[in-house]
Amino acid sequence: MEKIIVAGFGGQGVLSLGQLLVYAAMYENQYATWLPSYGPEMRGGTANCSVVIDADKPVASPIIAIADTLIAMNKPSLEKFQANVREGGLVIINSSLIFEKCANKNARAVYVDANRIAHSLGNNKASNLVILGAYIRQSGLFSREVILSTIEKVYASKPQFIPSNKACFEAGYNLEV
Amino acid sequence: MATVFKKPSFLTDVPFHYCPGCTHGIAHRLVAEALEEIGAKGHCVGVAPVGCAVFAYNYFNCDMQEAAHGRAPAVATGIKLVDPDNIVFSYQGDGDLASIGMAEIVHAATRGVNITVIFINNAIYGMTGGQMAPTTLLGQKATTCPDGRSVEINGYPIRMCEMLATLDGPSYIARCSLADVKNVKQAKKAVLKAFRNQKEGKGFSFVELLSTCPTNWHLSPVQALEYVKNQMTEQYPLGVFREV
Amino acid sequence: MAERKLMKGNEAIAEAAIRGGCRFYAGYPITPQNEIPEYMSWRLPQVGGRFIQAESEISAINMVYGAAGAGARAMTSSSSPGISLKQEGISYICGAELPCVIINMVRSGPGLGGIQPAQSDYFQTVKGGGHGDYRMLVYSPCSVQECVDLLYDAYDKAEEYRLPVMILGDGMLGQIMEAVTLPEMKDAASFAKKPWAADGTGVGEGRRIINSLYIVPDELEAMNRKLQKVYDRMCENEVMCENYRTDDAEIVITAYGTVARIAKSAVDVLREQGIKAGLLRPITLYPFPKEYFESVMSSPTVKDIVAVELSMGQYVEDVRLAAAGRKKVSFYGRSGGNVMSPEDIVEYVLKEVK
Repeated sequence: MEKIIVAGFGGQGVLSLGQLLVYAAMYENQYATWLPSYGPEMRGGTANCSVVIDADKPVASPIIAIADTLIAMNKPSLEKFQANVREGGLVIINSSLIFEKCANKNARAVYVDANRIAHSLGNNKASNLVILGAYIRQSGLFSREVILSTIEKVYASKPQFIPSNKACFEAGYNLEV
Repeated sequence: MATVFKKPSFLTDVPFHYCPGCTHGIAHRLVAEALEEIGAKGHCVGVAPVGCAVFAYNYFNCDMQEAAHGRAPAVATGIKLVDPDNIVFSYQGDGDLASIGMAEIVHAATRGVNITVIFINNAIYGMTGGQMAPTTLLGQKATTCPDGRSVEINGYPIRMCEMLATLDGPSYIARCSLADVKNVKQAKKAVLKAFRNQKEGKGFSFVELLSTCPTNWHLSPVQALEYVKNQMTEQYPLGVFREV
Repeated sequence: MAERKLMKGNEAIAEAAIRGGCRFYAGYPITPQNEIPEYMSWRLPQVGGRFIQAESEISAINMVYGAAGAGARAMTSSSSPGISLKQEGISYICGAELPCVIINMVRSGPGLGGIQPAQSDYFQTVKGGGHGDYRMLVYSPCSVQECVDLLYDAYDKAEEYRLPVMILGDGMLGQIMEAVTLPEMKDAASFAKKPWAADGTGVGEGRRIINSLYIVPDELEAMNRKLQKVYDRMCENEVMCENYRTDDAEIVITAYGTVARIAKSAVDVLREQGIKAGLLRPITLYPFPKEYFESVMSSPTVKDIVAVELSMGQYVEDVRLAAAGRKKVSFYGRSGGNVMSPEDIVEYVLKEVK
């Protein structure tokens, strides 16, 4: 079982990053839940979602107290959730917007310059896919191919975004950290 | 011998429970005649209100639904949307339509939902025993304004036709009186038009009928008709307020 | 091949209702259930149904009354403050014996409260929020798939007993996304006929009157006795409840809806620590699964009962009634929109019960 918190500003693709993971789980016949924060903070403020993936049995609690992984897309998210990552867990940090280091010394922190990489690939909106690539590489939760085919299926109605989304994912996946 | 007058087929044989001198009976008859005339038999649903006409479902010879107080236009909207070929009408009093059911009537009107609304305005809560209605005239006595309706405490009576006529939704809005034969004939035409409009798909049609309540007005039936003709008609002018 | 999709609870509820025969929806916006009217607004016209945004919750439930009275499979949805407004209409619908489906995606209260998940509408739902002696068939699904499964047959149940089926969810259930398998669209030809429906064709002896007014006391009493028989029959046939690891359990946690799945994780954690915990999860809140509780309450193995809910203590009252003093019933509740984690439940059990 993998418990992931994805957090950032509204508009950073935080919720869709989480959804991609759940789609991938569904296509792989695994079990998953995606639970977003909802409310006034959705409108321009912080956004986060909890994703639980289980390869073997239906997910019971969608609520995460202690996460295996935190994906922090901005500074407030890192500050809010880093203490909730378990010992030996993973923290993926968007270092384009977060200049601090991870304060949770029991977790392994990975820094990804996601906005700059996405920008260099001509897709400013896809920093979340760069992050996703780095996370998949670090966690091994799914294979590279599974995510690439998930991107194709999920964006099937907007095919123009598929090549650059894939490129951003690949760039994140291929990062050596 | 030729029949010159008979009970409309849209009225059942159940005797009306209305008080002597009350004009609900006339209004029921006008509705029934109109339904018969447009050929609504077998595809008609009426909605009864809460108030003196609460038992209207016993009198109209068609499928009927009893609505909660003020909600008849919403109930009628639901019925109409399920089968737009049905002729659907609500029959409501002033407390029901202009007080507790103000939102429902305004929104049914602005939606232009293709129903017919018959609004009985007798300026009082009849069934509950003569309390002040939203249409009670200034100075008119009621059990909850024993010294007469005052502006300071109660504000002004509401003119529904004028208000609804500001909306773009309604197809037809008219006010008639049931005070005498001439006016009843006029009212008959308006009610018929309101139902014919529905049949022709023209949309929301609304007829207000100035009516009596001799019991709670503490007037004789004849005096009550005079009250409608004079005081009520002065506050609520007759006419067609919208026709498209 | 069954259709498998990733859906939000609210959207899955809307789609499953439609596949179960819903062809009329009236509603009014309120968080956290807005995906339901939004989904219905584009989806219902595709299947020849009608969607209408009402001017209020009151109008919405009355539109449902009219549509259901005319024979349609009708539905409305809302969240707590909106459901409070609908109580008048719900009472009339029950009095007039009309089948329909009502969704409550509960948020925290009282008053305007908050928009986060809660279970504080339990009393309102199962004890009758409106006036008069009436009951509804109340389901509390815990997953998106269970929403679909219950909604799919909800109209058949509503029509069998001629009463509303209420789905008591919460903001979490509405917002959560999970993979679901969607069933085929039901064939309207298979639906039970409704000779009672005021569909416009009635004349003379054959006319139908949708009504809840009985001025003569004996007539109303007879009507209420008739309704009670319906409720008794429903209680006999419709109870649904899940037992999870209760066979040898010494501590039985009981919870419903989304909270039950949080409790299920807590049970697993407790078991890992060698504590014999189990979960009793009612799926129908009315009828209350008395017999399931009876077997737990009379079991010599069971030492403690823990009722867990997102309220200050409503569901626990029914649990205590079922215990009838035979077992100690502890209560762990959160409120205001705060949701407990499995770890919170484990901590409570270890501290207060064990």
